[in-house]
Amino acid sequence: MSNNVNEFQILNADDDELMRISREGTLSLNLNEMQTIQTHFRSLHRNPTDVELETIAQTWSEHCVHKTFKSLILYSEEGKETEKIDGLFPTYIQRATDDIDKPWCVSVFIDNAGIIEFDDTYNLVFKVETHNHPSAIEPYGGAGTGIGGVIRDSLGTGLGAKPILNTDVFCFGMPDMPYDELPKGTLHPKRVFKGVVAGVRDYGNRMGIPTANGAILFDTRYTANPLVFCGNVGVIPRNRCDKSVEPGDLVVAVGGRTGRDGIHGATFSSAELDDTSENLGSVVQIGNPIMEKKIVDALLQARDRNLYRSITDCGAGGFSSAVGEMGEDTGAEVHLERIPLKYDGLAPWEIWLSEAQERMVIAVPPENIQELKEICESEMVEATVLGNFTDTHRLQVFYEGMIVADLDMEFLHKGLPQHIKKAEWKPPLHQEMQSQDSQTKDYTDDLLRLLASPNIASKESVIRQYDHEVQGGMVIKPLVGVENDGPSDACIATPVIGSEKGVIVANGINPKYSDVDPYLSAASAIDEALRNIIAVGGSIEKTALLDNFCWGNPDKPDRLGELVRAAKACYDIATAYGTPFISGKDSLYNEYHDTTTGEQRAIPSTLLISAICVMPDIQKAITMDVKSAGNLIYVVGNTYAELGGSHYFGLHGYIGNTAPIVRTSEGKLTMQSLSKVINNGLVRSCHDCSEGGIGVAAAEMAFSGGYGIELNLANIPTGENITSDDFLLFSESNSRFLVEINAENIDAFENRMANIPIGCIGAISDTPDFIVTGLSGKQIVDTSFDKLKSAWQTPLHS
Amino acid sequence: MKPKVCILRTAGTNCDTETDVAFQLAGAETDLVHIQQLISGKTSLLDYQILAIPGGFSYGDDISAGILLAVEMKHKLRSALEQFVSDNKLIIGICNGFQVLVRTGLLPGIGNYSSQENTEIAQQTTLAMNTSSRFECRWVDLVTQQSPCVFTKEIQSSIYLPVAHAEGRFTASTDVLTELEENQQIVFRYENRTNSSSDKTDYPNNPNGSDADIAGICDSTGRIFGLMPHPERYLTKWNHPRWTRENLPEEGDGLAIFRNAVEYVQVNFA
Repeated sequence: MSNNVNEFQILNADDDELMRISREGTLSLNLNEMQTIQTHFRSLHRNPTDVELETIAQTWSEHCVHKTFKSLILYSEEGKETEKIDGLFPTYIQRATDDIDKPWCVSVFIDNAGIIEFDDTYNLVFKVETHNHPSAIEPYGGAGTGIGGVIRDSLGTGLGAKPILNTDVFCFGMPDMPYDELPKGTLHPKRVFKGVVAGVRDYGNRMGIPTANGAILFDTRYTANPLVFCGNVGVIPRNRCDKSVEPGDLVVAVGGRTGRDGIHGATFSSAELDDTSENLGSVVQIGNPIMEKKIVDALLQARDRNLYRSITDCGAGGFSSAVGEMGEDTGAEVHLERIPLKYDGLAPWEIWLSEAQERMVIAVPPENIQELKEICESEMVEATVLGNFTDTHRLQVFYEGMIVADLDMEFLHKGLPQHIKKAEWKPPLHQEMQSQDSQTKDYTDDLLRLLASPNIASKESVIRQYDHEVQGGMVIKPLVGVENDGPSDACIATPVIGSEKGVIVANGINPKYSDVDPYLSAASAIDEALRNIIAVGGSIEKTALLDNFCWGNPDKPDRLGELVRAAKACYDIATAYGTPFISGKDSLYNEYHDTTTGEQRAIPSTLLISAICVMPDIQKAITMDVKSAGNLIYVVGNTYAELGGSHYFGLHGYIGNTAPIVRTSEGKLTMQSLSKVINNGLVRSCHDCSEGGIGVAAAEMAFSGGYGIELNLANIPTGENITSDDFLLFSESNSRFLVEINAENIDAFENRMANIPIGCIGAISDTPDFIVTGLSGKQIVDTSFDKLKSAWQTPLHS
Repeated sequence: MKPKVCILRTAGTNCDTETDVAFQLAGAETDLVHIQQLISGKTSLLDYQILAIPGGFSYGDDISAGILLAVEMKHKLRSALEQFVSDNKLIIGICNGFQVLVRTGLLPGIGNYSSQENTEIAQQTTLAMNTSSRFECRWVDLVTQQSPCVFTKEIQSSIYLPVAHAEGRFTASTDVLTELEENQQIVFRYENRTNSSSDKTDYPNNPNGSDADIAGICDSTGRIFGLMPHPERYLTKWNHPRWTRENLPEEGDGLAIFRNAVEYVQVNFA
């Protein structure tokens, strides 16, 4: 063929040849898939063009179609019969949502983001994505286009939501890693950290979207494979949530021009990284937030005038995915030479696959095209008719009059063979750490060191670089307390300025527990996300969840076994709490392969759970900073000796084996009751107990409020006999909170919490002293809130 | 009569919605107007009594903050702007809008620029990169200065507002600073809360290292006003970062600035 279009010679290729074609073309297709494609084209008596094979590879990529989550898994656990799981996603995620069956779920797992009801006029959309592989190679561009991409997901949901809030969670290697230990071809964690933060800052701030919630985690195993989770909440009119495409509608591209950036992004991110990945320059996209802002400004006007019937963003796979998905049920015809280019010289397949940023595709009835173009022109955005949707059920791509791809939609979208994968799980056995209690043991230093550990230390220097006030609706901000610098459990925004209805966004993530059991890690992540919602005044009845799995290579049975464990927990815990999943994503193959030493490293199995809750009255919200001297501190929820994977054990070089369990019947009752007393105004402040347990939570409450606290461990309610002070102080058991109660509300609080394990463990004092008395009556912590604060603020200050 | 406010938009403007809400709460009628509408003549600036240039990153703040929009206004809207000013109408620039006003020379507008026909309006001051070298979002205390500024008439002596910018360090020559002082054109200063013995306010109370702690200035008439902090982000007590721990009035400190503008128009353009 001519015009820069080539054929892939697959008709007579043997298996080795098929795999060579896949490998050399960065197609990330396995043998079974290549054979399926070969069989299809044999029936057509022709070879595929490069445009066709590339289109299939993008559409079938792990990134786009999530084949691991749909594959048939043969799962074996020690001493148990092999279990057949027909798809992790349908079995554990989607089924949880179906079983919970909340009437306020408007659209789940279908569109670019999940949609839930907000008020009589609006719904909310929420999506969290990862941009890990690009951020490893080019942190600034990778992270910026990560946030840019997830904003387009909101804009591409229904007929387009207005983005109102960003949330970001990052996982990096240790910031103090010695340079000579850096794996070959990777960037230093500090550089990745700075680049990622700057990328998210510059994109989010320029878009005028508040970044108001997030987390930053550190672990050596993220060095070569950093994780960048970007999330966006949008608000959309209730009557703009449905989309459809009619044959005859025009295929219109809106936004930036197409260049050679980001080619093979989808297939690249479906493979492992190695020490040569840094040479793959063109796979990372280039972001332009002002272009995206212009698109939002133009398309929301067009949406409100009903000028188009469907919309989606050009993400992974570029036009090939966007047009292919929109035309799945109809058919589409596209003329590549009409696509505006940044520069000449692109082959047709490159134009078709480019992941150049800031492009949306909409389906416009021909009678509306003039008005749409006028709006775009007034906002200085290009809108180009590329072709039209058809009734042929074929994806037909032309270049300068010649057909360069002619694919059956059915084969493209349904032809992917189901994978069969093996998974196994064997519980690890780690060395157990004993209590350090002794006659003379003082835990002040342990507490200070925990507060100063990078996972717990203040992230203020990062948070302040994000505009968390823009749009004027941030009611509970990421930093709270007397000096606006305490760590808020969650943020609350009012999507409609002046309305008292709010939206709460929070996260839960506990990769350290995966070292003990990914089931407990996933379960704890859900519990933590919900605790954060409850702590600011939300309720689990109105909370929906998002799941984002970041895992190692799922072709390896042990990694996949961990994924199965986590997915099982998602079903069990979500259904027990009644909190449905509305959207999710997975990023697999987060492994690093050193081609010289042969060394293989995977990230810790990491599940991010993001929670979104509709709050009827933001005036009921509370924060975690203690409010006045004389008020009492209660623990809500039972403490168990659960320190496996805890920060306290980690501080002393141990992992342990008893990671926190989620006891859903206890936890649900605790969260429901606590939510009620908070909404009745009986609680002055509330903080969830997570990393570092009661000790860290109490310290954070004290220094955020600017008061001392005196605690006595003897009154902590426990679910089992615990005799050591350090286990009581630093256990990370789930479903626990610290609350501040005014003396005059003690009776009312205790009465309403009669069925819940609670214990009054201390009081807020007028002095700066932070004192903890152990079980023996001896003081085991004796310091001041300003020393605690300084330890917490110093490490990541700059 | 309801004063009419032109809230100017362009690519990268992003505080237009909350500025719109602020003026509506203050009793004005508002339009969000894209600069292309003014340039093409579809909309006339002269139909409005107040021009508001909201915050954001106009044209990405490429080259430096606000400069491209400033150049566009100076060269494509010059006669309308001059007419607007000589009609004694009001202009407010917030954050990026302040940067635009400074780069047009409308602020501080020392010397009578409206008489300098056919000459370039000169930029006399600048808003440079923060001394911290990065974007920062934080709440600051401001001390209201004695000034002719219409927008801050009878406002409280100390108010609390958020800043969110990377280029907010007000910088001017000693001569210009002296003149600003003498003309009472300094409207807000960052408040020195930690070290009362020093006359220079430390970071982060002065969040960007501005000369003379200047957070906002007006022209000599008091009708053109620019400031780095965001009054439109503190309209009700629920915007305040410490409403869960302090007893606060229902109304936020920022609203009075918009109300003053509305009242001025009602009195002078009735």
